Amino acid sequence: MNHLLRNLAPISDSGWDAIDQEATSRLPTYLAARKLVDFSGPHGWSHSSTDLGRIATIAGPSEGVTAAQRRVLPLMEVRTEFRVSRIELDDVERGTTNPDLPELDEAIRQIALGENVTVFHGHQAAGLRGITESTSHEPIPLDRDVERSPDGVARAVDTLRQAGIDGPYGLAICPDLYTRIIESAEYGGHLLLDHLRKILGGPLVWTPGIEGGVVLSLRGGDFQFDSGQDLSIGYLDHDADVVRLYIEESFSFRVLEPDAAVALRLET
Amino acid sequence: MASEGLHEPLELLNEATVDHHRAMTSLCEELEAIDWYDQRVRATSDESLAAVLAYNRDDEKEHAAMALEWLRRRDSALDANLRKFLFTSGPITEIGDEVSDDASDPVTDQSGSLGIGSLKGRA
Repeated sequence: MNHLLRNLAPISDSGWDAIDQEATSRLPTYLAARKLVDFSGPHGWSHSSTDLGRIATIAGPSEGVTAAQRRVLPLMEVRTEFRVSRIELDDVERGTTNPDLPELDEAIRQIALGENVTVFHGHQAAGLRGITESTSHEPIPLDRDVERSPDGVARAVDTLRQAGIDGPYGLAICPDLYTRIIESAEYGGHLLLDHLRKILGGPLVWTPGIEGGVVLSLRGGDFQFDSGQDLSIGYLDHDADVVRLYIEESFSFRVLEPDAAVALRLET
Repeated sequence: MASEGLHEPLELLNEATVDHHRAMTSLCEELEAIDWYDQRVRATSDESLAAVLAYNRDDEKEHAAMALEWLRRRDSALDANLRKFLFTSGPITEIGDEVSDDASDPVTDQSGSLGIGSLKGRA
């Protein structure tokens, strides 16, 4: 048994299967950042930091001795708690195939959104810098009229090419704009979505949590998500009515090549 | 058709499962190639040909390792077992017994993981 303490929960194997299946079926929809950046790991719960391969010079311990300290990026642990009705778990034992797990669904949405926000905008409290904070390029205005969005996306792709950053490129875009893009047809009836894909040479990704959008290279080696423990469900406690569980992960994120992304800022 | 090796109708499989199948099929092909090259190396009496075949055989080992690593990153149970058995030195069956008798290694134990891993390319 590991620290998740799943064996202590009053949940049968089929109950755990139902909970895990619900989570694995919904998470990929929300986990937009993982569709665009490199993923390293999972390295396990005890993986505490990402090696940066750099040093910081510090005072030596005694005369004539110089010293330097290895620099590392500590992983951040994130967790969202939720409750599961024991009546629903009993019904799983009776054979129901569609248990009602509303708090799990909300916890999944929340933790995935936190991951996306960290990757694209960083999380200062954890010392993690996101893509929009790290990029070396000025943000490019994105017109709120989505039919003019190809202009901004094309400028972003051109900026990356001018910087010597090869494609294919992907676009992470906020849900509101994504929906308006897939609803839109340009002059001549061509889908705006297809036009943008041709400009990018890669996907448009529906990204809850992002502000505006980001165009980034998908060639690899530019953005690293370092996973300690990948998304896992653990046990907290229970009473006669509900079991309290949590979904958790540990990770760090760093931008290796600041030239490889351009932020798109929505015009006000 | 993605592959002749699919055992279930394609319409019942999701994209991730088909990609898994592609990777596993590639891994099998690489391992088979290693075996075939190895037999040819042993069989030929021409030393220069044996050297070429041995070079090609070892190249396939790199390909097999790459395919295996792709699978490991997406399969938490495979990841846990590779971490359990690879790069150890004792008798292999005893390593397995030690680990299973001694519960799981908290350092590498991925049980409870939802096995999401990388989603790059799944947009």
